[in-house]
Amino acid sequence: MARTDIGPPLYRDMLPPICKENYGKWSYHEILKPGVLVHVSETGAKLYTVRAASPRLVSIYFIREICDLADKYCDGYMRFTSRNNIEFLLSEEANIDPLIADLNAKGIPVGGTGNSITNIVHTQGWVHCHTPATDASGIVKAVMDELFEYFTSMKLPAKMRIALACCLNMCGAVHCSDIAILGIHRTVPTIDHENLHKVCEIPTLTASCPTAAIRPNPKLKSVDIKAERCMYCGNCYTMCPSVHIIDPKNDAVSIWVGGKISNSRIGPRFSRLAIPFLPNNPPRWPETVEAVKNLVELWAANAQPGERMAEWIDRISWEKFFELSGLEFTDKHIDDFTLAQTTFRSTTQFKW
Amino acid sequence: MTEAKKTPLLDDLEKGPWPSFVTEIKRAAANNLSAQDLLGQLELSYEDKKAHWKHGGLVGVMGYGGGVIGRYSDVHEQFPHVEHFHTVRLNQPSGWYYHTKALRQVCDVWEKYGSGLTNLHGSTGDVILLGTKTEHIQTIFDEVSAFEEHPFDLGGSGSNLRTPSSCAGPARCEFAMIDSTDICHDLTNEFQDYLHRPMWPYKCKIKVSGCPNDCVASIARSDISIQGTWRDDIKINQEAVRAYAAEGFDIQGLVVDKCPTKCMSFDGNELTIDNPNCTRCMHCINKMCKALRPGDDRGATILIGGKAPILQGAMMGWVIVPFMKLEPPYEELKEFLEKVWEWWDENGKTRERVGELILRLGMRNFLRAVELEPIPQMVLAPRANPFFFWWPEETVQD
Repeated sequence: MARTDIGPPLYRDMLPPICKENYGKWSYHEILKPGVLVHVSETGAKLYTVRAASPRLVSIYFIREICDLADKYCDGYMRFTSRNNIEFLLSEEANIDPLIADLNAKGIPVGGTGNSITNIVHTQGWVHCHTPATDASGIVKAVMDELFEYFTSMKLPAKMRIALACCLNMCGAVHCSDIAILGIHRTVPTIDHENLHKVCEIPTLTASCPTAAIRPNPKLKSVDIKAERCMYCGNCYTMCPSVHIIDPKNDAVSIWVGGKISNSRIGPRFSRLAIPFLPNNPPRWPETVEAVKNLVELWAANAQPGERMAEWIDRISWEKFFELSGLEFTDKHIDDFTLAQTTFRSTTQFKW
Repeated sequence: MTEAKKTPLLDDLEKGPWPSFVTEIKRAAANNLSAQDLLGQLELSYEDKKAHWKHGGLVGVMGYGGGVIGRYSDVHEQFPHVEHFHTVRLNQPSGWYYHTKALRQVCDVWEKYGSGLTNLHGSTGDVILLGTKTEHIQTIFDEVSAFEEHPFDLGGSGSNLRTPSSCAGPARCEFAMIDSTDICHDLTNEFQDYLHRPMWPYKCKIKVSGCPNDCVASIARSDISIQGTWRDDIKINQEAVRAYAAEGFDIQGLVVDKCPTKCMSFDGNELTIDNPNCTRCMHCINKMCKALRPGDDRGATILIGGKAPILQGAMMGWVIVPFMKLEPPYEELKEFLEKVWEWWDENGKTRERVGELILRLGMRNFLRAVELEPIPQMVLAPRANPFFFWWPEETVQD
């Protein structure tokens, strides 16, 4: 019988001595080169961080390998970032370059600091989820292969945060990213009338629909879906396995831009729809990779120093964004859900 | 071990410079039949363009209602070793700080009872152990919770408090204005019952960031976003400012001109900040951290309502408590959280997040429930709609 309610391991027990000694005393930090930070304490102590990529989905053999490196170069002390990067916490400056050489020899890139594209936050996809409209790890791998130089350098106008969620459940909460890749369903669920009443509660199911598209069908002891109201969110499937949302012929990828999280300068923003449809095209999703790359490079070529995607678009306007990007503006881009009124234009001011 | 099936589509994802998850699955597959079948099933997904997991599934450990997510293959005749392939969530240490001893002992348990595949980390913050059979779940929990050093507990799932997470905090970052890591650890322990035993309308997430840069994305990814901030003046080291200028750093262009409230000026020698007009966005401090530091009157802004799109659309947290001092044992914060949860638990419908409930019943009802006075800092602008509610005691009753 396990001990219950013990809570997580105490992080303080796993801090390197330099972090314990300088807890709350850090004065400033600098980026020494891509992937390498130094934090300087009021006491003059220096902590070096080497940031390296991981594919998020990793084997115990990968973990043991990075543990070996942490043992060799920083007495076993390390951490992970909120974007799935590994950070080695070094007290010895002389260990930085040998550690980087060992990481590179294992094919683990170092970077993701400053004006770079750091690791992509993402979800499970086909690897382990039951509701996805697309895969997650595969698209991330294909996109990062293409954008690799931006992880290992800091040549962009500002930082760029990319995130991927494989359906609208968004375990990755990608809705405030510079570029979001989002799997979408596009067709009304099909209903297994024969089994529905055996496995689903009908009132819970009808209540689960954000657009009130689901109505009880007492005759069949099942439900009907008003096709013209359904926005394919898939929440009904989460509530009831007899309402099938997955449709390989139509499930697709969409691209959203101009979100951010931090309060610096303009404050947090939602990402907005840029591309409503790209085909699910495994194993490398070339259309998605190209679209993301084009957006990164368009922003990089046009933004002023320090401007994130949202700030650049704010400055030039959405109409100019669509003109410059060459992306088609469609009826899909005009909201018709809860935030619609916040997006319509009530001024005669606009650009041609 | 049987010969592995061919996986030409996935093999393509072993090429290229970015570390490959396919390589990782293959490394696990070399010693583990379930990882081998996962690889085969994933190749089938790449052919069919759809997942091959059945809908949900309930599994768990003694005494808990969450922490393990059931997963069953819909093609188990073809891939029998992933017939059950459940996820175990382990509550990560605050700030994701590890000693290798802690990680190695988890790897050893996972080598014995699981697929050998993990996520470091899941979106909420947990260590995700990916793929085990029903009969091993209790044993895994028994073993990880019995580690002599650095024992692990399960994380949250279902309609409960999800595993809180925090940024790197004061152990590594000069911007941390609250002890985000300690607050995260303390709250996680305080609310163990809520975390392990689902009893709420739906999930509730807490994330703690040490400053408004919000490195854990708390405003978008948590119902309750706690972000460090300050109330007094930014501290300026003018000598260090001049050193930035001497190095050729463009203070005017990259800092002063980008200040959102235009509350700064630089005359080539001294930097001046009109502090009462500063909204503490962190930009100048981020750019000139050797010269500028937040003030000493520190605490947190608490924002409530952040969530992903299901059900009523994506939301970001709203300012509810503009400033709260946060010192151990964080009593004021804990009492506030209890009031939020009590109101939500009482009034929320099934699968209604706290932000959605605030929208449905109105902020005025929420503020009464949590005993907070409305103040302008909570909104961007007052209402423009001319129909609004009065409380009965505010009008003359016959």
